[in-house]
Amino acid sequence: MAQIFHPSINTLAKASIFGAIFIVGFAGWFIWEFSRSPYVTQVNVPREQPVQFSHEHHVAGLGIDCRYCHTTVEKSGFAGMPATKTCMTCHSQIWTNAELLEPVRASWRTGEPIRWTRVHDVADFVHFPHDIHVNRGVSCVSCHGQVNEMPLMWKTESLQMEWCLDCHRNPAPHLREKWSKDPATGEQRFDRDVAFNMNWHPSVDQTERGQVLMKKYNINTYQLTNCSICHY
Amino acid sequence: MSCPSKHVEAKEDAALPATGREFWRSLDELSQTPQFQEALHREYPRGASEWMDDVSRRNFLKLMSASLALAGVYGCARPEEYIVPYVVPPEDQIPGKPLFYATAFPMGGYGLGVLAEQHMGRPTKIEGNPDHPASLGATDAHAQASILSLYDPEHPETPKEAGEIRTWTRFFEVLRKELDAKQQTGGAGLRILTETVTSPTLISQIQALLKQFPEARWHHYEPACFDGARAGAVQAFGRPVNTIYRFDLAERILSLDSDFLLLGPASVRYNRDYANQRRVRTGGTGILPVVSSPQEQKHGQDARATMSRTYAAQSAPTITGTMADHRLTMAADEVEPFARAVLAQVNGQSVLDHPHASFIQAMVADLLEHKGRSLVVAGEYTSPAVHAIAHALNGALGAVGETVVYTEPVEVHPDAQLDSLKSLVNDMNGGSVDMLLVLGGNPIFAAPADLKFREAYEKVRLRIQQSLYYDETSFHTHWHVPESHYLETWSDIRAFDGTMTIMQPLIQPLHQSRSQHELLAFMLGFPDVSAREIIREAWRSRAPQGDFEAFWMRALEKGVVEGSAAPVVSVTLQPNAVAPAAQNDLSPAGAAVSGYEVIFRPDPAVWDGRFANNGWLHELPRPLTKLTWDNVAIFSPGTARELELENENVVELAYAGATVEAPVWIMPGQPEKSVTVLLGGGRTVVGAVGKGVGFNAYLIRPSSAMWHGRGLGVKKLEGRHYPLACTQPHQMLEGRDHLRVHTLEEFKHIAGPPEEDPLVPEPAHGKTVHLSFYPDRPEPDEWLIGTHQWGMAIDQNVCTGCSACVIACQAENNIPVVGKDQVIKGREMHWLRIDTYYRGEAGAPEGPYFQPMLCQHCEKAPCEVVCPVEATSHSIEGINEMTYNRCIGTRYCSNNCPYKVRRFNFLQYADIKTPTLQLVHNPDVTVRQRGVMEKCTYCIQRINSTRREIKILRGDAVDAPAEVQDDVKLLVDRLMDRLQTACQQACPTEAIVFGDIVYEYANGHNMTVTQLKTEPHNYGVLTELNTNPRTTYLARLANPNPALGGLNDTSADDASVEDTSAEKPTAHDAARE
Repeated sequence: MAQIFHPSINTLAKASIFGAIFIVGFAGWFIWEFSRSPYVTQVNVPREQPVQFSHEHHVAGLGIDCRYCHTTVEKSGFAGMPATKTCMTCHSQIWTNAELLEPVRASWRTGEPIRWTRVHDVADFVHFPHDIHVNRGVSCVSCHGQVNEMPLMWKTESLQMEWCLDCHRNPAPHLREKWSKDPATGEQRFDRDVAFNMNWHPSVDQTERGQVLMKKYNINTYQLTNCSICHY
Repeated sequence: MSCPSKHVEAKEDAALPATGREFWRSLDELSQTPQFQEALHREYPRGASEWMDDVSRRNFLKLMSASLALAGVYGCARPEEYIVPYVVPPEDQIPGKPLFYATAFPMGGYGLGVLAEQHMGRPTKIEGNPDHPASLGATDAHAQASILSLYDPEHPETPKEAGEIRTWTRFFEVLRKELDAKQQTGGAGLRILTETVTSPTLISQIQALLKQFPEARWHHYEPACFDGARAGAVQAFGRPVNTIYRFDLAERILSLDSDFLLLGPASVRYNRDYANQRRVRTGGTGILPVVSSPQEQKHGQDARATMSRTYAAQSAPTITGTMADHRLTMAADEVEPFARAVLAQVNGQSVLDHPHASFIQAMVADLLEHKGRSLVVAGEYTSPAVHAIAHALNGALGAVGETVVYTEPVEVHPDAQLDSLKSLVNDMNGGSVDMLLVLGGNPIFAAPADLKFREAYEKVRLRIQQSLYYDETSFHTHWHVPESHYLETWSDIRAFDGTMTIMQPLIQPLHQSRSQHELLAFMLGFPDVSAREIIREAWRSRAPQGDFEAFWMRALEKGVVEGSAAPVVSVTLQPNAVAPAAQNDLSPAGAAVSGYEVIFRPDPAVWDGRFANNGWLHELPRPLTKLTWDNVAIFSPGTARELELENENVVELAYAGATVEAPVWIMPGQPEKSVTVLLGGGRTVVGAVGKGVGFNAYLIRPSSAMWHGRGLGVKKLEGRHYPLACTQPHQMLEGRDHLRVHTLEEFKHIAGPPEEDPLVPEPAHGKTVHLSFYPDRPEPDEWLIGTHQWGMAIDQNVCTGCSACVIACQAENNIPVVGKDQVIKGREMHWLRIDTYYRGEAGAPEGPYFQPMLCQHCEKAPCEVVCPVEATSHSIEGINEMTYNRCIGTRYCSNNCPYKVRRFNFLQYADIKTPTLQLVHNPDVTVRQRGVMEKCTYCIQRINSTRREIKILRGDAVDAPAEVQDDVKLLVDRLMDRLQTACQQACPTEAIVFGDIVYEYANGHNMTVTQLKTEPHNYGVLTELNTNPRTTYLARLANPNPALGGLNDTSADDASVEDTSAEKPTAHDAARE
């Protein structure tokens, strides 16, 4: 009986077995990269909003504090979105005829709220409380990036679980000191605003300082990686 | 590994001995049928884990393509979400944090003070109001479930004229014209029918209307009213009074067919008071104090060595009877002769010819020994004579002014409601009623059958009804106008002791509904007045002198109007108060009329039928029968054998000239030859939830026998089978020693001092460690320092099985309703179930004893090691976590759970489509999908929220001066005290205690839960498996009268009991097949 396969098939078979490793490897790499790509995570993709609100202008330009609009960020899980009334406190006085602000005025006139597109959206089975984070000295910047440099809002972090866990396993680099020694008097001084300081830069010994803060605050990384801290 | 509960376990070994396998849950278990054996060893009953529905090729393809499509969704689709802020933000509202408003839940005309939780403008949960005398912070199952009624998608949305949609404007035009015409005749022919009314403003409005229309009449009818108590008071004192019992002072209690722990407007309060007299504590010393001198302990249970003793004479099984130390089961019409015999014995006459003579003698001696500290409660639905006798007994026992307090009546019309309804029916038949306004209630469904209310009603020219639902009465009504839910409108109401609450709404009406106040204001000639203005104006005249705004705000904030309780009255017993019975005083009646006795009772969940569209209540396993979804006719095992009945048979019940078909349920503890028929089922004009559920027992309920009567005909309908969804045989534990019951005397001998310093966690090395199949936790010991360690202790001694916790858990944790067919398959989703256990012979067993069973949060959890995807894991705080988004539904965990407390979403049970039902969900808890396992989390959302608050407080003060630190400690203590699981918060008896078992208050004390775990009667369930459960139980204790011997139930007919015990209850084994 004649051979069904030509001897050269052996080489082909070996090559394809060898090649399959690469194909599987490539597929793995692709899935790995794709699921972290901006296409999926929307990192660095500015979002269209009903009002083209510029954080850059309001925060960096005018020096308005985060908490002027996001009022409940220190006391609730939800940071709070400014009501139309908040916008109108200023914009009933300045830029009263600006085309850009027409949706705000319309909302004020009609009582119809403005529908902002959510930029930072965690899955519904994840509970992210703002209050504990900012109260622990984790700045807005750690998750939202340098918002003061964003003319339109975009994500700077993926908000994927591995990213959350990076910090929950080692929060030290992100902790800012709320209690500090006044260099002049030597007294302990409480700085509530440190988490909202957009121009804060870590000192060279941030890692050590962070470790000290973790001890002080009783931050337990074993606990921070418990599932029920975020999922319930 | 330092596990705080090791001590608990060690302690428990030395403490009360195991009582072994003497308890049983169902008659099948008692006789160890093969069906029972199979049910025991299966994770779910047969059929639960299989796909039993027909799978057509088409359906299969549909499912497959759907799952493929869904599989691809993640990663590609990015549904856009929006944040929609306010235009003008409301004051005090912090998005993400709930607000609580004080109001009152109306039930049968009386109010139960509640705090309604509101998230961003939508009410989501009901909690008790600690300042309200009827609640004291707790609630009942109905109040918990009322939140679901608010969002019922089947509420009527608009007024309807003969079923056609109309506007309110049109209705008001018609009404105005009619009223103008009536004005000419002084309102002749105008009638108003209400349910029980205690609302001061509604009363004054109706009275104003009666002044405007002097010829008009006001009638009352409530299907489960307290006519007996009313008439009994008149008989005894010559005037109606409101009776308030002080169970917190009572040491000896005799219940004459009363179920004060479940029925009536004060039941929640009575639960608390009663439990306070039943709790036994060593106060952390392990030794019971010789005298009960409460030791001053700020954060702890006082040491108590005494228990009250309860005697219960009952007909239909009651939860009061299950709590009693001595229980006599008798026919309903034997209660009155029994009460007379008790009175005779108290008065020193001979009762030797009474069948229970020795019982009565021993009991009366005990009651008299505690003069002034004993009390007699007459049943809610017993005859006036029993109430009069109870009043006489309380007088003779010196209880009046001590354990029994009389006040002015709280209800407006203290005359009998049945008479009121009868006169209305007479007048309707006589043609003198021209226009009838039905304010609330469903009389066509619930009026006594012999009155033929519907026929009379249809003779009225203009019939108007305002009610929450479009019901049987609405169907025969010209104009039906929707009434607002109590969370949607302003009103006021009084509690059992007369305390008034101004009810405030939490939300605008979801539909075009109005309150009764608004309708009446229109009739009085004040159109367009809002309910708020009506209530405010009414209270302006009632408020004490001074600043009205301050009074108003304070009343709203507290949820009670201070000092508004009904004034105490002093009454004297009429000379002829206890008229001798016609004849044959002391012998059981009933021989005269042949046939069985029928006893009517409202269903514990759907009540008189008013909650017929509430899925939570339908699916609540009833406290005693553990049945869901249907009402039944309850037979005793002996009677069932006599009639050759088995569970789920169908019988035809014939009474008072009418017949109805009812499913059979056989229950130990039911008197022989009596059949208890539960009201509330069989609604016909009702929403999708209540349709086809149960049978209408009102059809055989005549006005002559509102609560019991003789002459019931029972005919078995051969070959008929009606499936019932009973949860009793579900989730059985392989029996060893789950339940421990002891007497107080036994307990006194066992109690001993606890081990030295038992609450400090000690390292495992050097100590005896129980070998466990399950590994130690991975994290090193030092990580546990400074963490909370959560635990729970459940005091079975005060658990009355009322099931408020079950619904509270359902509301808090977004637990879905699955429906009757799914319950039959064992797929109910309740995270917390209340197991009931009996002991003794089938005919007259002890019990049932209640054991709330929920996730035990084992420190060495069998479920965790078998999960292939680590969806269930252990937190550092000792909580057995369930991560829904990881779960792939293998169900290995629930297979391996010895407590059978895990629940699986076999289908998409959670309603994620109906718009209004989305609003009822707690936003802090994930709504689970199909294919996901779930279970009790110790209310992790509440724990996390409190932990965060504490961490923020402590963190801010970390470098602060010492005095600030001290303040923070006190604040943290308060936060820890306020942290309660939903079941704990709802529990009227404080049987469930949750907390941090290693926490120390600023004053060095431990939390109550820790103290309870050092009590000698604390034990864990199935600890022989070395699972180290964090939830432990305190053994049930009984305080029997030494003169009466054991705890045994005594049936009316002693001969029949012996007869029953002689053989095994084989009669209904076949029912399971």
